[in-house]
Amino acid sequence: MTDVSFPNQAIAGKTAPPSEARALRLPTQWIGVAPFFIFAVMFLILPTLYLMLGAFQNEAGEFTLENLIALSEPNIVAAYWISIKVSLASALIGAFAGLAIAIAIVRGGLPNWIRSATLTFSGVASNFAGVPLAFAFLATLGRLGLATVILNTLFGLNIYAHGFNILSFWGLTLTYVYFQIPLMVVIIVPAIDGLKKEWGEAAATLGATTAQYWRMVVIPVIWPSFLGTVILLFANAFGAIATAYALTGSSLNIVPILLYAQIRGDVLHNAHLGYAIAFGMIVITGLANVFYIWFRTRSERWLK
Amino acid sequence: MKTGRFWAWVVFILGAAYFFIPLIATVEFSMRMRRGAYSFDAYQIVLGDPRFQATFMYSVVAAIFTIILGVLVVVPAAYWIRLRLPQIRPLVEFITLLPLVIPAIVIVFGYIRMYGSNSPLPFLANDTATNALLVIGYATLSLPYMYRAVDTGLRTIDVRTLTEAAQILGAGWSTIITRVILPNVLIAVLSGAFLTFAIVIGEFTMASLLNRPAFGPYLQNIGANRAYEPAALAIIAFAITWGCMSLIQILSRFAPKSANRPN
Repeated sequence: MTDVSFPNQAIAGKTAPPSEARALRLPTQWIGVAPFFIFAVMFLILPTLYLMLGAFQNEAGEFTLENLIALSEPNIVAAYWISIKVSLASALIGAFAGLAIAIAIVRGGLPNWIRSATLTFSGVASNFAGVPLAFAFLATLGRLGLATVILNTLFGLNIYAHGFNILSFWGLTLTYVYFQIPLMVVIIVPAIDGLKKEWGEAAATLGATTAQYWRMVVIPVIWPSFLGTVILLFANAFGAIATAYALTGSSLNIVPILLYAQIRGDVLHNAHLGYAIAFGMIVITGLANVFYIWFRTRSERWLK
Repeated sequence: MKTGRFWAWVVFILGAAYFFIPLIATVEFSMRMRRGAYSFDAYQIVLGDPRFQATFMYSVVAAIFTIILGVLVVVPAAYWIRLRLPQIRPLVEFITLLPLVIPAIVIVFGYIRMYGSNSPLPFLANDTATNALLVIGYATLSLPYMYRAVDTGLRTIDVRTLTEAAQILGAGWSTIITRVILPNVLIAVLSGAFLTFAIVIGEFTMASLLNRPAFGPYLQNIGANRAYEPAALAIIAFAITWGCMSLIQILSRFAPKSANRPN
Protein backbone atom coordinates (compact mmCIF):
# COMPACT_ATOMS: atom_id res chain seq x y z
CA MET A 1 0.00 0.00 0.00
CA THR A 2 2.95 2.37 0.48
CA ASP A 3 3.48 2.52 -3.27
CA VAL A 4 0.13 4.15 -3.73
CA SER A 5 1.28 7.33 -1.98
CA PHE A 6 3.79 8.00 -4.77
CA PRO A 7 1.90 6.97 -7.89
CA ASN A 8 3.67 9.42 -10.20
CA GLN A 9 7.17 8.36 -9.28
CA ALA A 10 6.16 4.72 -9.46
CA ILE A 11 4.86 5.13 -13.01
CA ALA A 12 7.74 7.32 -14.13
CA GLY A 13 10.26 4.75 -12.91
CA LYS A 14 8.79 1.91 -14.96
CA THR A 15 10.26 0.96 -18.31
CA ALA A 16 7.09 0.89 -20.41
CA PRO A 17 4.24 2.79 -18.83
CA PRO A 18 1.09 3.25 -20.94
CA SER A 19 1.92 6.92 -21.59
CA GLU A 20 5.22 6.12 -23.28
CA ALA A 21 3.61 3.52 -25.47
CA ARG A 22 1.47 6.22 -27.07
CA ALA A 23 3.66 6.34 -30.16
CA LEU A 24 2.62 2.74 -30.84
CA ARG A 25 -0.98 3.40 -29.96
CA LEU A 26 -2.66 2.31 -33.16
CA PRO A 27 -1.11 -1.15 -33.37
CA THR A 28 -1.28 -1.90 -29.65
CA GLN A 29 -4.88 -0.75 -29.59
CA TRP A 30 -5.77 -3.65 -31.88
CA ILE A 31 -3.24 -6.26 -30.82
CA GLY A 32 -5.50 -7.79 -28.16
CA VAL A 33 -8.33 -8.45 -30.59
CA ALA A 34 -6.09 -9.38 -33.53
CA PRO A 35 -6.08 -13.17 -32.88
CA PHE A 36 -9.85 -13.13 -32.64
CA PHE A 37 -10.33 -11.23 -35.90
CA ILE A 38 -7.72 -13.28 -37.77
CA PHE A 39 -9.40 -16.46 -36.56
CA ALA A 40 -12.91 -15.24 -37.41
CA VAL A 41 -11.93 -14.03 -40.89
CA MET A 42 -9.93 -17.13 -41.81
CA PHE A 43 -12.18 -19.82 -40.46
CA LEU A 44 -15.64 -18.31 -40.39
CA ILE A 45 -16.07 -15.42 -42.78
CA LEU A 46 -13.75 -16.27 -45.70
CA PRO A 47 -14.89 -19.91 -46.08
CA THR A 48 -18.51 -18.73 -46.09
CA LEU A 49 -17.81 -15.98 -48.62
CA TYR A 50 -15.87 -18.47 -50.74
CA LEU A 51 -18.96 -20.66 -51.03
CA MET A 52 -21.23 -17.70 -51.66
CA LEU A 53 -19.02 -16.46 -54.50
CA GLY A 54 -18.67 -20.02 -55.82
CA ALA A 55 -22.44 -20.17 -56.13
CA PHE A 56 -22.19 -17.46 -58.82
CA GLN A 57 -19.36 -19.10 -60.79
CA ASN A 58 -19.15 -21.96 -63.24
CA GLU A 59 -16.34 -24.52 -63.47
CA ALA A 60 -14.22 -22.06 -65.46
CA GLY A 61 -14.62 -19.38 -62.80
CA GLU A 62 -16.88 -17.17 -64.92
CA PHE A 63 -19.89 -15.37 -63.50
CA THR A 64 -23.14 -17.25 -63.94
CA LEU A 65 -26.60 -17.56 -62.47
CA GLU A 66 -27.05 -21.13 -63.71
CA ASN A 67 -26.24 -22.68 -60.33
CA LEU A 68 -28.96 -20.68 -58.62
CA ILE A 69 -31.40 -21.45 -61.44
CA ALA A 70 -30.53 -25.14 -61.04
CA LEU A 71 -31.78 -24.92 -57.45
CA SER A 72 -35.28 -25.06 -58.95
CA GLU A 73 -34.82 -28.75 -59.83
CA PRO A 74 -37.72 -30.64 -58.25
CA ASN A 75 -35.64 -32.77 -55.86
CA ILE A 76 -33.75 -29.72 -54.54
CA VAL A 77 -36.92 -27.68 -54.12
CA ALA A 78 -38.49 -30.64 -52.31
CA ALA A 79 -35.46 -30.87 -50.01
CA TYR A 80 -35.67 -27.17 -49.12
CA TRP A 81 -39.41 -27.41 -48.61
CA ILE A 82 -39.28 -30.39 -46.25
CA SER A 83 -36.38 -28.80 -44.34
CA ILE A 84 -38.32 -25.58 -43.90
CA LYS A 85 -41.43 -27.49 -42.82
CA VAL A 86 -39.56 -29.63 -40.26
CA SER A 87 -37.63 -26.64 -38.90
CA LEU A 88 -40.71 -24.42 -38.68
CA ALA A 89 -42.92 -27.12 -37.14
CA SER A 90 -40.32 -28.14 -34.58
CA ALA A 91 -39.50 -24.49 -33.79
CA LEU A 92 -43.16 -23.55 -33.28
CA ILE A 93 -44.07 -26.66 -31.28
CA GLY A 94 -40.88 -26.32 -29.25
CA ALA A 95 -41.48 -22.62 -28.68
CA PHE A 96 -45.08 -22.88 -27.50
CA ALA A 97 -44.48 -25.99 -25.39
CA GLY A 98 -41.32 -24.43 -23.95
CA LEU A 99 -43.20 -21.21 -23.17
CA ALA A 100 -46.00 -23.14 -21.47
CA ILE A 101 -43.50 -25.07 -19.36
CA ALA A 102 -41.57 -21.90 -18.51
CA ILE A 103 -44.75 -20.09 -17.42
CA ALA A 104 -45.82 -23.15 -15.42
CA ILE A 105 -42.56 -23.39 -13.49
CA VAL A 106 -42.12 -19.62 -12.94
CA ARG A 107 -45.69 -18.43 -12.42
CA GLY A 108 -47.68 -21.63 -11.81
CA GLY A 109 -47.10 -21.82 -8.05
CA LEU A 110 -45.32 -25.17 -8.34
CA PRO A 111 -42.85 -26.18 -5.60
CA ASN A 112 -39.48 -24.48 -5.90
CA TRP A 113 -37.46 -27.63 -6.53
CA ILE A 114 -39.43 -28.24 -9.73
CA ARG A 115 -38.16 -24.98 -11.17
CA SER A 116 -34.51 -25.70 -10.48
CA ALA A 117 -34.82 -29.35 -11.54
CA THR A 118 -36.51 -28.33 -14.82
CA LEU A 119 -33.83 -25.72 -15.56
CA THR A 120 -31.03 -28.21 -14.87
CA PHE A 121 -32.66 -30.85 -17.00
CA SER A 122 -33.27 -28.31 -19.80
CA GLY A 123 -29.58 -27.45 -19.80
CA VAL A 124 -28.78 -31.10 -20.35
CA ALA A 125 -31.53 -31.91 -22.85
CA SER A 126 -30.88 -28.84 -25.02
CA ASN A 127 -27.36 -30.19 -25.53
CA PHE A 128 -28.47 -33.78 -25.97
CA ALA A 129 -28.77 -33.76 -29.74
CA GLY A 130 -27.05 -35.33 -32.67
CA VAL A 131 -26.66 -39.06 -33.18
CA PRO A 132 -27.50 -40.27 -29.62
CA LEU A 133 -30.85 -38.45 -29.71
CA ALA A 134 -31.77 -40.39 -32.84
CA PHE A 135 -30.91 -43.65 -31.02
CA ALA A 136 -33.14 -42.68 -28.10
CA PHE A 137 -36.12 -42.01 -30.36
CA LEU A 138 -35.56 -45.22 -32.33
CA ALA A 139 -35.66 -47.08 -29.00
CA THR A 140 -38.88 -45.23 -28.11
CA LEU A 141 -40.91 -44.87 -31.28
CA GLY A 142 -39.16 -47.24 -33.67
CA ARG A 143 -41.01 -50.36 -34.77
CA LEU A 144 -39.76 -52.22 -31.69
CA GLY A 145 -39.57 -49.14 -29.46
CA LEU A 146 -40.98 -49.20 -25.95
CA ALA A 147 -43.73 -46.63 -26.60
CA THR A 148 -44.74 -48.35 -29.83
CA VAL A 149 -44.94 -51.75 -28.13
CA ILE A 150 -46.79 -50.47 -25.05
CA LEU A 151 -49.35 -48.56 -27.13
CA ASN A 152 -49.90 -51.72 -29.17
CA THR A 153 -50.16 -54.27 -26.34
CA LEU A 154 -51.97 -52.16 -23.72
CA PHE A 155 -54.21 -49.98 -25.87
CA GLY A 156 -54.31 -52.03 -29.07
CA LEU A 157 -53.08 -48.97 -30.97
CA ASN A 158 -50.64 -49.88 -33.69
CA ILE A 159 -49.25 -46.46 -34.59
CA TYR A 160 -47.34 -47.84 -37.56
CA ALA A 161 -50.56 -49.26 -38.98
CA HIS A 162 -52.03 -45.77 -38.66
CA GLY A 163 -49.34 -44.29 -40.86
CA PHE A 164 -46.87 -43.10 -38.24
CA ASN A 165 -43.23 -43.65 -39.05
CA ILE A 166 -40.23 -42.40 -37.10
CA LEU A 167 -38.46 -42.00 -40.48
CA SER A 168 -40.91 -39.35 -41.63
CA PHE A 169 -41.74 -35.67 -41.33
CA TRP A 170 -43.59 -36.10 -38.02
CA GLY A 171 -41.05 -38.55 -36.66
CA LEU A 172 -38.22 -36.11 -37.31
CA THR A 173 -40.21 -33.14 -35.99
CA LEU A 174 -41.09 -34.98 -32.78
CA THR A 175 -37.41 -35.85 -32.33
CA TYR A 176 -36.20 -32.29 -32.93
CA VAL A 177 -38.71 -31.00 -30.38
CA TYR A 178 -36.67 -32.87 -27.75
CA PHE A 179 -33.90 -30.28 -27.95
CA GLN A 180 -36.10 -27.36 -29.06
CA ILE A 181 -38.33 -27.25 -25.95
CA PRO A 182 -35.46 -27.18 -23.43
CA LEU A 183 -33.66 -24.51 -25.45
CA MET A 184 -36.81 -22.38 -25.34
CA VAL A 185 -37.17 -22.94 -21.58
CA VAL A 186 -33.55 -21.97 -20.92
CA ILE A 187 -33.85 -18.75 -22.93
CA ILE A 188 -37.37 -17.62 -22.03
CA VAL A 189 -37.33 -18.20 -18.25
CA PRO A 190 -35.17 -15.10 -17.60
CA ALA A 191 -37.58 -13.04 -19.72
CA ILE A 192 -40.55 -14.25 -17.67
CA ASP A 193 -38.60 -13.58 -14.49
CA GLY A 194 -38.24 -10.02 -15.79
CA LEU A 195 -41.99 -9.42 -15.51
CA LYS A 196 -42.31 -7.31 -12.40
CA LYS A 197 -44.93 -8.10 -9.80
CA GLU A 198 -45.80 -4.39 -9.65
CA TRP A 199 -47.04 -4.48 -13.25
CA GLY A 200 -49.64 -7.08 -12.36
CA GLU A 201 -50.67 -5.10 -9.30
CA ALA A 202 -50.80 -1.85 -11.28
CA ALA A 203 -52.93 -3.50 -13.95
CA ALA A 204 -55.25 -4.93 -11.30
CA THR A 205 -55.54 -1.52 -9.61
CA LEU A 206 -56.54 0.02 -12.91
CA GLY A 207 -59.23 -2.62 -13.23
CA ALA A 208 -57.68 -4.89 -15.82
CA THR A 209 -58.87 -8.47 -16.05
CA THR A 210 -56.35 -11.30 -16.10
CA ALA A 211 -56.85 -11.64 -19.84
CA GLN A 212 -56.22 -7.92 -20.36
CA TYR A 213 -53.11 -8.09 -18.19
CA TRP A 214 -51.77 -10.92 -20.33
CA ARG A 215 -52.74 -9.33 -23.65
CA MET A 216 -51.53 -5.80 -22.88
CA VAL A 217 -48.61 -6.34 -20.49
CA VAL A 218 -47.18 -9.84 -20.51
CA ILE A 219 -47.29 -10.66 -24.23
CA PRO A 220 -45.79 -7.33 -25.44
CA VAL A 221 -42.98 -7.66 -22.90
CA ILE A 222 -41.92 -11.23 -23.69
CA TRP A 223 -42.76 -11.00 -27.41
CA PRO A 224 -39.27 -9.97 -28.60
CA SER A 225 -37.49 -12.71 -26.67
CA PHE A 226 -40.10 -15.24 -27.74
CA LEU A 227 -39.90 -14.36 -31.43
CA GLY A 228 -36.13 -14.20 -31.31
CA THR A 229 -35.98 -17.65 -29.79
CA VAL A 230 -38.39 -19.08 -32.39
CA ILE A 231 -36.01 -17.89 -35.09
CA LEU A 232 -33.02 -19.27 -33.22
CA LEU A 233 -34.81 -22.62 -32.93
CA PHE A 234 -35.64 -22.52 -36.64
CA ALA A 235 -32.00 -21.96 -37.60
CA ASN A 236 -30.95 -24.58 -35.08
CA ALA A 237 -33.15 -27.22 -36.72
CA PHE A 238 -32.49 -26.07 -40.27
CA GLY A 239 -28.74 -26.67 -40.10
CA ALA A 240 -28.92 -29.87 -38.05
CA ILE A 241 -27.93 -33.02 -39.84
CA ALA A 242 -26.59 -35.61 -37.39
CA THR A 243 -29.95 -36.50 -35.80
CA ALA A 244 -31.73 -36.75 -39.13
CA TYR A 245 -28.93 -38.72 -40.76
CA ALA A 246 -28.70 -41.24 -37.90
CA LEU A 247 -32.50 -41.50 -37.72
CA THR A 248 -33.43 -41.83 -41.35
CA GLY A 249 -30.20 -42.47 -43.22
CA SER A 250 -30.79 -40.71 -46.49
CA SER A 251 -34.46 -41.73 -46.76
CA LEU A 252 -35.70 -38.28 -45.72
CA ASN A 253 -34.42 -35.79 -48.24
CA ILE A 254 -33.72 -32.66 -46.18
CA VAL A 255 -31.28 -29.99 -47.37
CA PRO A 256 -28.37 -30.70 -44.99
CA ILE A 257 -28.48 -34.40 -45.94
CA LEU A 258 -28.56 -33.50 -49.64
CA LEU A 259 -25.58 -31.18 -49.13
CA TYR A 260 -23.80 -33.88 -47.11
CA ALA A 261 -24.24 -36.39 -49.94
CA GLN A 262 -23.10 -33.76 -52.46
CA ILE A 263 -19.91 -33.00 -50.48
CA ARG A 264 -19.11 -36.68 -50.04
CA GLY A 265 -19.78 -37.89 -53.54
CA ASP A 266 -20.96 -35.12 -55.87
CA VAL A 267 -24.33 -36.82 -56.27
CA LEU A 268 -25.63 -33.84 -58.26
CA HIS A 269 -22.70 -34.09 -60.71
CA ASN A 270 -22.02 -30.37 -60.50
CA ALA A 271 -19.60 -29.09 -57.85
CA HIS A 272 -20.89 -25.53 -58.05
CA LEU A 273 -24.46 -26.66 -57.45
CA GLY A 274 -23.24 -27.68 -53.98
CA TYR A 275 -22.12 -24.07 -53.47
CA ALA A 276 -25.55 -22.89 -54.53
CA ILE A 277 -27.24 -25.21 -52.01
CA ALA A 278 -24.98 -23.89 -49.24
CA PHE A 279 -25.74 -20.35 -50.43
CA GLY A 280 -29.46 -21.09 -50.19
CA MET A 281 -29.06 -22.34 -46.63
CA ILE A 282 -27.19 -19.20 -45.60
CA VAL A 283 -29.82 -17.02 -47.27
CA ILE A 284 -32.63 -18.73 -45.38
CA THR A 285 -30.99 -18.60 -41.94
CA GLY A 286 -29.76 -15.06 -42.70
CA LEU A 287 -33.26 -13.91 -43.72
CA ALA A 288 -34.64 -15.42 -40.54
CA ASN A 289 -32.25 -13.23 -38.57
CA VAL A 290 -33.15 -10.12 -40.55
CA PHE A 291 -36.80 -10.75 -39.69
CA TYR A 292 -35.81 -11.19 -36.07
CA ILE A 293 -33.99 -7.85 -35.96
CA TRP A 294 -36.84 -6.12 -37.78
CA PHE A 295 -39.49 -7.53 -35.42
CA ARG A 296 -37.39 -6.71 -32.41
CA THR A 297 -36.86 -3.06 -33.28
CA ARG A 298 -40.59 -2.77 -34.01
CA SER A 299 -41.64 -4.31 -30.70
CA GLU A 300 -39.04 -2.33 -28.78
CA ARG A 301 -40.41 0.88 -30.25
CA TRP A 302 -43.87 -0.29 -29.27
CA LEU A 303 -42.68 -0.90 -25.72
CA LYS A 304 -41.44 2.68 -25.38
CA MET B 1 -55.24 -19.12 -8.60
CA LYS B 2 -56.24 -22.72 -7.93
CA THR B 3 -57.06 -23.43 -11.58
CA GLY B 4 -53.77 -21.80 -12.55
CA ARG B 5 -51.86 -24.20 -10.35
CA PHE B 6 -53.84 -27.14 -11.73
CA TRP B 7 -52.88 -26.22 -15.29
CA ALA B 8 -49.28 -25.65 -14.27
CA TRP B 9 -49.18 -29.23 -12.96
CA VAL B 10 -50.80 -30.55 -16.13
CA VAL B 11 -48.23 -28.77 -18.32
CA PHE B 12 -45.36 -29.88 -16.13
CA ILE B 13 -46.44 -33.53 -16.05
CA LEU B 14 -47.02 -33.64 -19.81
CA GLY B 15 -43.59 -32.12 -20.37
CA ALA B 16 -41.94 -34.51 -17.94
CA ALA B 17 -43.60 -37.45 -19.69
CA TYR B 18 -42.34 -36.32 -23.09
CA PHE B 19 -38.81 -35.99 -21.75
CA PHE B 20 -38.63 -39.09 -19.55
CA ILE B 21 -40.35 -41.67 -21.73
CA PRO B 22 -37.57 -41.69 -24.37
CA LEU B 23 -34.94 -41.98 -21.63
CA ILE B 24 -36.75 -44.86 -19.95
CA ALA B 25 -37.37 -46.53 -23.30
CA THR B 26 -33.70 -46.20 -24.24
CA VAL B 27 -32.53 -47.67 -20.94
CA GLU B 28 -35.00 -50.51 -21.32
CA PHE B 29 -34.00 -51.16 -24.93
CA SER B 30 -30.28 -51.09 -24.10
CA MET B 31 -30.81 -53.89 -21.54
CA ARG B 32 -32.82 -56.17 -23.81
CA MET B 33 -29.81 -57.72 -25.57
CA ARG B 34 -29.94 -61.05 -23.74
CA ARG B 35 -33.11 -62.92 -24.61
CA GLY B 36 -35.73 -63.07 -21.85
CA ALA B 37 -33.72 -61.21 -19.20
CA TYR B 38 -32.46 -57.70 -18.61
CA SER B 39 -28.69 -57.43 -18.73
CA PHE B 40 -25.87 -54.98 -19.26
CA ASP B 41 -24.46 -57.01 -22.17
CA ALA B 42 -24.80 -54.14 -24.63
CA TYR B 43 -22.80 -51.85 -22.35
CA GLN B 44 -20.10 -54.48 -21.89
CA ILE B 45 -19.78 -54.98 -25.62
CA VAL B 46 -19.68 -51.24 -26.31
CA LEU B 47 -17.19 -50.40 -23.57
CA GLY B 48 -14.97 -53.33 -24.55
CA ASP B 49 -14.95 -52.37 -28.23
CA PRO B 50 -11.45 -51.10 -29.11
CA ARG B 51 -12.96 -48.75 -31.71
CA PHE B 52 -15.12 -47.21 -28.99
CA GLN B 53 -12.06 -46.57 -26.86
CA ALA B 54 -9.99 -45.23 -29.76
CA THR B 55 -12.67 -42.89 -31.17
CA PHE B 56 -13.72 -41.71 -27.73
CA MET B 57 -10.14 -40.85 -26.79
CA TYR B 58 -9.69 -39.10 -30.13
CA SER B 59 -12.71 -36.90 -29.42
CA VAL B 60 -11.60 -36.20 -25.85
CA VAL B 61 -8.21 -35.02 -27.11
CA ALA B 62 -9.89 -32.97 -29.87
CA ALA B 63 -12.16 -31.39 -27.24
CA ILE B 64 -9.21 -30.46 -25.02
CA PHE B 65 -7.37 -28.81 -27.92
CA THR B 66 -10.60 -27.04 -28.92
CA ILE B 67 -10.94 -25.61 -25.42
CA ILE B 68 -7.32 -24.41 -25.40
CA LEU B 69 -7.70 -22.79 -28.82
CA GLY B 70 -11.04 -21.25 -27.82
CA VAL B 71 -9.53 -19.73 -24.66
CA LEU B 72 -6.54 -18.35 -26.58
CA VAL B 73 -8.78 -16.70 -29.15
CA VAL B 74 -11.61 -15.50 -26.92
CA VAL B 75 -10.07 -14.42 -23.59
CA PRO B 76 -7.64 -11.76 -24.91
CA ALA B 77 -10.31 -10.38 -27.25
CA ALA B 78 -13.07 -10.22 -24.61
CA TYR B 79 -10.62 -8.67 -22.12
CA TRP B 80 -9.35 -6.11 -24.58
CA ILE B 81 -12.85 -5.09 -25.61
CA ARG B 82 -13.80 -4.50 -21.98
CA LEU B 83 -10.61 -2.53 -21.37
CA ARG B 84 -9.94 -0.50 -24.50
CA LEU B 85 -12.37 -1.07 -27.35
CA PRO B 86 -15.94 -1.10 -26.03
CA GLN B 87 -17.02 0.50 -29.32
CA ILE B 88 -16.38 -2.70 -31.30
CA ARG B 89 -18.36 -4.90 -28.90
CA PRO B 90 -21.45 -5.05 -31.17
CA LEU B 91 -19.30 -6.19 -34.11
CA VAL B 92 -17.59 -8.90 -32.06
CA GLU B 93 -20.88 -10.08 -30.58
CA PHE B 94 -22.31 -10.28 -34.09
CA ILE B 95 -19.34 -12.36 -35.28
CA THR B 96 -19.57 -14.72 -32.31
CA LEU B 97 -23.25 -15.30 -33.10
CA LEU B 98 -22.54 -16.17 -36.75
CA PRO B 99 -21.88 -19.89 -36.04
CA LEU B 100 -25.49 -20.09 -34.85
CA VAL B 101 -26.63 -18.64 -38.19
CA ILE B 102 -24.27 -20.43 -40.57
CA PRO B 103 -24.84 -24.19 -40.29
CA ALA B 104 -21.82 -26.32 -39.34
CA ILE B 105 -22.11 -28.27 -42.58
CA VAL B 106 -21.71 -25.06 -44.59
CA ILE B 107 -18.66 -23.98 -42.57
CA VAL B 108 -16.92 -27.33 -43.04
CA PHE B 109 -17.85 -27.34 -46.75
CA GLY B 110 -16.10 -23.99 -47.00
CA TYR B 111 -13.02 -25.43 -45.29
CA ILE B 112 -12.89 -28.40 -47.64
CA ARG B 113 -13.05 -26.18 -50.72
CA MET B 114 -10.81 -23.41 -49.43
CA TYR B 115 -8.10 -25.37 -47.64
CA GLY B 116 -7.84 -28.34 -50.02
CA SER B 117 -4.51 -29.95 -50.94
CA ASN B 118 -3.87 -27.50 -53.79
CA SER B 119 -4.58 -24.33 -51.83
CA PRO B 120 -1.95 -22.02 -50.28
CA LEU B 121 -2.95 -23.36 -46.86
CA PRO B 122 -3.32 -27.12 -47.50
CA PHE B 123 -5.01 -28.22 -44.28
CA LEU B 124 -6.26 -31.38 -45.98
CA ALA B 125 -2.82 -32.46 -47.20
CA ASN B 126 -1.95 -34.63 -44.19
CA ASP B 127 -3.57 -36.09 -41.09
CA THR B 128 -2.02 -33.72 -38.55
CA ALA B 129 -3.16 -30.67 -40.48
CA THR B 130 -6.65 -32.12 -40.91
CA ASN B 131 -6.83 -32.83 -37.18
CA ALA B 132 -5.88 -29.20 -36.63
CA LEU B 133 -8.60 -28.10 -39.04
CA LEU B 134 -11.15 -30.18 -37.12
CA VAL B 135 -10.10 -28.52 -33.87
CA ILE B 136 -10.38 -25.12 -35.57
CA GLY B 137 -13.86 -26.01 -36.81
CA TYR B 138 -14.91 -27.10 -33.33
CA ALA B 139 -13.53 -23.87 -31.86
CA THR B 140 -15.66 -21.98 -34.40
CA LEU B 141 -18.76 -23.94 -33.35
CA SER B 142 -18.11 -23.22 -29.67
CA LEU B 143 -17.37 -19.52 -30.26
CA PRO B 144 -20.87 -18.28 -29.23
CA TYR B 145 -20.81 -20.24 -25.96
CA MET B 146 -17.17 -19.54 -25.10
CA TYR B 147 -17.45 -15.81 -25.77
CA ARG B 148 -20.63 -15.43 -23.74
CA ALA B 149 -19.21 -17.42 -20.81
CA VAL B 150 -15.98 -15.40 -20.72
CA ASP B 151 -17.75 -12.07 -21.20
CA THR B 152 -20.14 -12.86 -18.35
CA GLY B 153 -17.15 -13.71 -16.18
CA LEU B 154 -15.40 -10.45 -17.05
CA ARG B 155 -18.54 -8.48 -16.23
CA THR B 156 -18.35 -9.56 -12.58
CA ILE B 157 -14.81 -8.25 -12.09
CA ASP B 158 -13.49 -4.72 -12.36
CA VAL B 159 -11.20 -5.23 -15.36
CA ARG B 160 -9.89 -1.66 -15.51
CA THR B 161 -8.93 -1.34 -11.84
CA LEU B 162 -7.29 -4.77 -11.78
CA THR B 163 -5.31 -3.97 -14.91
CA GLU B 164 -4.20 -0.56 -13.65
CA ALA B 165 -3.23 -2.02 -10.27
CA ALA B 166 -1.17 -4.70 -12.01
CA GLN B 167 0.46 -2.11 -14.27
CA ILE B 168 1.38 0.07 -11.29
CA LEU B 169 3.04 -2.96 -9.73
CA GLY B 170 5.03 -3.40 -12.93
CA ALA B 171 3.25 -6.31 -14.62
CA GLY B 172 3.47 -6.77 -18.40
CA TRP B 173 0.53 -7.73 -20.59
CA SER B 174 1.20 -11.47 -20.50
CA THR B 175 1.47 -11.38 -16.69
CA ILE B 176 -1.74 -9.36 -16.44
CA ILE B 177 -3.67 -11.82 -18.57
CA THR B 178 -2.27 -15.07 -17.19
CA ARG B 179 -1.88 -14.13 -13.51
CA VAL B 180 -4.55 -11.48 -12.90
CA ILE B 181 -7.40 -11.76 -15.40
CA LEU B 182 -7.45 -15.49 -16.14
CA PRO B 183 -7.59 -16.63 -12.47
CA ASN B 184 -10.48 -14.22 -11.92
CA VAL B 185 -12.51 -15.54 -14.83
CA LEU B 186 -11.36 -19.16 -14.44
CA ILE B 187 -14.79 -20.34 -13.31
CA ALA B 188 -16.44 -18.73 -16.34
CA VAL B 189 -13.79 -20.13 -18.69
CA LEU B 190 -14.30 -23.60 -17.21
CA SER B 191 -18.09 -23.33 -17.70
CA GLY B 192 -17.48 -22.48 -21.35
CA ALA B 193 -14.98 -25.33 -21.52
CA PHE B 194 -17.39 -27.97 -20.25
CA LEU B 195 -20.11 -26.75 -22.58
CA THR B 196 -17.62 -26.96 -25.44
CA PHE B 197 -16.72 -30.48 -24.33
CA ALA B 198 -20.38 -31.53 -24.37
CA ILE B 199 -20.85 -30.12 -27.87
CA VAL B 200 -17.65 -31.50 -29.34
CA ILE B 201 -17.57 -35.00 -27.89
CA GLY B 202 -20.30 -36.47 -30.11
CA GLU B 203 -20.10 -34.03 -33.02
CA PHE B 204 -20.79 -35.79 -36.29
CA THR B 205 -20.91 -33.43 -39.29
CA MET B 206 -17.43 -31.92 -39.27
CA ALA B 207 -15.64 -35.08 -38.15
CA SER B 208 -17.40 -37.15 -40.77
CA LEU B 209 -16.80 -34.76 -43.67
CA LEU B 210 -13.14 -34.34 -42.72
CA ASN B 211 -12.84 -38.15 -42.43
CA ARG B 212 -11.59 -38.06 -38.85
CA PRO B 213 -11.88 -41.20 -36.62
CA ALA B 214 -13.95 -39.32 -34.02
CA PHE B 215 -16.70 -40.50 -31.67
CA GLY B 216 -19.58 -39.00 -33.67
CA PRO B 217 -18.95 -40.95 -36.90
CA TYR B 218 -18.37 -44.08 -34.78
CA LEU B 219 -21.80 -43.60 -33.16
CA GLN B 220 -23.41 -43.20 -36.56
CA ASN B 221 -21.67 -46.33 -37.85
CA ILE B 222 -22.83 -48.42 -34.87
CA GLY B 223 -26.34 -47.04 -35.29
CA ALA B 224 -26.46 -48.19 -38.89
CA ASN B 225 -25.21 -51.71 -38.13
CA ARG B 226 -26.30 -52.80 -34.64
CA ALA B 227 -29.55 -53.12 -32.72
CA TYR B 228 -28.97 -52.77 -28.95
CA GLU B 229 -25.57 -51.11 -28.75
CA PRO B 230 -26.87 -47.74 -30.06
CA ALA B 231 -29.28 -47.51 -27.13
CA ALA B 232 -26.43 -48.18 -24.69
CA LEU B 233 -24.33 -45.53 -26.45
CA ALA B 234 -27.21 -43.04 -26.24
CA ILE B 235 -27.37 -43.55 -22.47
CA ILE B 236 -23.59 -43.15 -22.19
CA ALA B 237 -23.76 -39.95 -24.26
CA PHE B 238 -26.59 -38.64 -22.11
CA ALA B 239 -24.56 -39.36 -18.98
CA ILE B 240 -21.58 -37.45 -20.42
CA THR B 241 -23.76 -34.43 -21.26
CA TRP B 242 -25.32 -34.62 -17.81
CA GLY B 243 -21.87 -34.76 -16.22
CA CYS B 244 -20.68 -31.67 -18.11
CA MET B 245 -23.80 -29.68 -17.19
CA SER B 246 -23.56 -30.73 -13.52
CA LEU B 247 -19.93 -29.59 -13.41
CA ILE B 248 -20.99 -26.20 -14.80
CA GLN B 249 -23.68 -25.91 -12.11
CA ILE B 250 -21.27 -26.88 -9.35
CA LEU B 251 -18.68 -24.41 -10.69
CA SER B 252 -21.22 -21.58 -10.79
CA ARG B 253 -21.52 -21.83 -7.01
CA PHE B 254 -17.87 -20.86 -6.70
CA ALA B 255 -18.15 -17.96 -9.14
CA PRO B 256 -17.70 -14.49 -7.62
CA LYS B 257 -21.06 -12.75 -7.46
CA SER B 258 -19.51 -9.33 -7.97
CA ALA B 259 -16.09 -7.86 -7.32
CA ASN B 260 -17.48 -4.36 -7.00
CA ARG B 261 -18.48 -4.78 -3.38
CA PRO B 262 -16.96 -2.55 -0.69
CA ASN B 263 -13.75 -3.95 0.87
